[in-house]
Amino acid sequence: MTFEEQLEEYQRIIGDVSFPTVKKWKEAHPAGKVVGMFPVYTPYELAHAAGMLPVGLYGAGGMVEIDHADSRIQSFVCSIARSTLELGLRELTKDFDVLWFTSICDVARNLSGVWETNFPKQAVRYIHYPQNMGSPAARTHYRAELRELVTMLEDAGGRKITDDAIRKSIALYNEQRRLCAEVYEIKRNAPWILSTYEAYVLIRVGTLMPVEDHIPILRSAIASIGERKRPPRDFVRVILEGSFCEQPPLELLKVLEESGCAIADDDLLLHTRWFTGEVPEDGDPLGALASAYIDTTRYSSVRHYGPRSRKAEFLKKIREQNVDGVIFAAPKFCEPALLDYVLFKDELEKAGIAYLGFEYEEKMGVFESIRTQAETFVESVMFFS
Amino acid sequence: MDQHHTDEQKFRFQGTGRDLQKKLLTGWYDRLESAADDGRKVAYLFVPGNVAEFLRVFDFELVFPEVNALQCGVRKISGDLILKAEDIGYSPDVCGYVKNDIGMMLAGNTGPSGHKLPKPDLLLCTYCGCTTFIKWFEALAHFYDVPLVMLDVPYMRSGELGKDDRDYITAQLKELIPLCEKITGKKFDHDKLKTIVGHSREAEEIWVQMLHAAKHRPSPFDAYFEAVFFMAPIYVLRGLPECTGYYREAMKEIDERIEHGVGPIPEEKVRVVIEGPPPWPHFRAFWEMLKKWGVCSVASSYSKVGGFWDHGFRHDPDRPLESIAEYCLTCYTNLSLPMRTDLLRKYAEEYSADAILIHSVKSCRSFSVGQADMRDQFTRVWDIPTLLVESDLADPRYFQAAQLRNRIDAFFESLEHKRLVQA
Repeated sequence: MTFEEQLEEYQRIIGDVSFPTVKKWKEAHPAGKVVGMFPVYTPYELAHAAGMLPVGLYGAGGMVEIDHADSRIQSFVCSIARSTLELGLRELTKDFDVLWFTSICDVARNLSGVWETNFPKQAVRYIHYPQNMGSPAARTHYRAELRELVTMLEDAGGRKITDDAIRKSIALYNEQRRLCAEVYEIKRNAPWILSTYEAYVLIRVGTLMPVEDHIPILRSAIASIGERKRPPRDFVRVILEGSFCEQPPLELLKVLEESGCAIADDDLLLHTRWFTGEVPEDGDPLGALASAYIDTTRYSSVRHYGPRSRKAEFLKKIREQNVDGVIFAAPKFCEPALLDYVLFKDELEKAGIAYLGFEYEEKMGVFESIRTQAETFVESVMFFS
Repeated sequence: MDQHHTDEQKFRFQGTGRDLQKKLLTGWYDRLESAADDGRKVAYLFVPGNVAEFLRVFDFELVFPEVNALQCGVRKISGDLILKAEDIGYSPDVCGYVKNDIGMMLAGNTGPSGHKLPKPDLLLCTYCGCTTFIKWFEALAHFYDVPLVMLDVPYMRSGELGKDDRDYITAQLKELIPLCEKITGKKFDHDKLKTIVGHSREAEEIWVQMLHAAKHRPSPFDAYFEAVFFMAPIYVLRGLPECTGYYREAMKEIDERIEHGVGPIPEEKVRVVIEGPPPWPHFRAFWEMLKKWGVCSVASSYSKVGGFWDHGFRHDPDRPLESIAEYCLTCYTNLSLPMRTDLLRKYAEEYSADAILIHSVKSCRSFSVGQADMRDQFTRVWDIPTLLVESDLADPRYFQAAQLRNRIDAFFESLEHKRLVQA
């Protein structure tokens, strides 16, 4: 199979709401447990160390009609919450044994409660991430939180999880993160060789399979990409901001790139690039994960970043990536993204940097308006700035 | 003796709660307006999880942005302020309280009562369940260019108060002391904290008596439409002696109503538990829609957003910081959805309610996401008639009067019919 054919296959897997890779894994591991991970960041390492399969739960991507979930969650709520619940109510997530939601927003939090009530056979946990990064007590508290997650998995799996197992998992996920960063490096330096659309598919498929299977896929992909012969193109370099939770339709990424944008950096699938360095592979593994979360993570709209400055990091990213502008693509009804938009665009206006803002939904099917906006944006940057 | 004279003798305390509260709140806004003139320092914080007792040790004046927002709603000025915020890029789909507050700031920061509001010296984000609180204070930190300090309150995921959670909050409060001392120039005084916490406890005792009074038939007061006003002092003035004094006086009004068997409506026909914040810009209209059917609210969740005392918790002068931490953890906004559902079900039982009414607001996903599921639980599992209606707490554009009236009429008509059939 060529690299391009492989990408098509991964895209098919991503778009299949019956979770074929999970089914296959369950068949091979009849007693194995599956842990669903709601975005943005979740400690996959712990589920892996328990011998379980952690699986990214990113909604239905517009592949199912919201029918049953309508009676549980109102229409003014983001698509990912509604479509994730729809998957559950249609019994498409019945292979999941444990579900983890995280303290990213009020919707994700309450979704965990709805899930708990509606699916009593699945173990549900809402993870509280520290929001007071300046407090030494945050580290102790978050480590205790991770310990509770380990206990939960031990109860679900019926066996102890050793520190050594967690350290080994940390090492594997460090490797996966290193390779994902390499993929990003390629698309940043030579977007004509690897588009964001392709990078996304390559990384997203990794949320649906064991990390041991994804690492060789990334390695072989990086080798194949290196052999691609494609002429450089003229692009307007942008960063994409706001798409950290609900996933934009793949078509939307294509439209932006076809309109002449090269996405030098973005916040898609942020968990694979969450840490700015490697998580230590020795010593106390839970302490290492806790410290990494507090000291070495990227900024995001779904966590308070103080005492560090998110705005300073945002501007630093723009400078380092040498971009011409910023595209804010926020999911409809997503408060963290929509509220931050105002603050970030203010900074851009002060610095005289071009930007474009629009909203999307996972189920949208018509992109002409966004294409026109993106083309106009590209032209205005190319010819007038 | 004429009837008028008899009534005057019978009802000596009616209106006390309202009048005294007006006086106290005006005094509070006066103090805020003059704070900058005599160098008093100002802390902004939220009502849920408000650590007023702790901040009062340093004599901070306190500003609660969501109280300003709700009062703008009541005074029907929130619509214009929300538009001002939307003009600078805020989406129509984000929290109306946030937009109201930003709009008010852009318009010169004159509060709902006409008082000029001071700028913050300390922005203390008491993150107590609502994640939008963080985004809100990040915006204020951006516009005021003031550093933001977090008080991170872990979410209650089970009914148990966790030691780790309590220790985390008390540690954060202790870490906050040097900053408060630096801003105000006043030393932390443990005895003063104990005294303030003692005042809170006294006020809480009476407030709970008031809430429990709604168990009477007829209920002497409406535990939603009236409670949201009676609760103001315990949320914004808690820890001050005048707050305790307020509840002593206001309780006389309630006791008098019990003595004479009167309530907020001429005849109590239906007792309901209400979940969700009120539609502040159309508060009166919403109440009238329910009064028409003889509906009295006997318990509500919104009156517990800034503290949940009616099942036993009190601030404790012997464990001041620890009890402040427990207070933060147990505010209604910090309870998990299954805990909230269970609490409302218990209220229906304890207060002999006939139905549950859910007012779902678009602005506040913290409240509203999952309410449709709650309704399903109440009706399907516990057979409690439940009505869910939608509008907003701040944005007048989402209040569809005709539609709301139709749904309310249909619900209470069918409830009445059911009773007739059963009789």
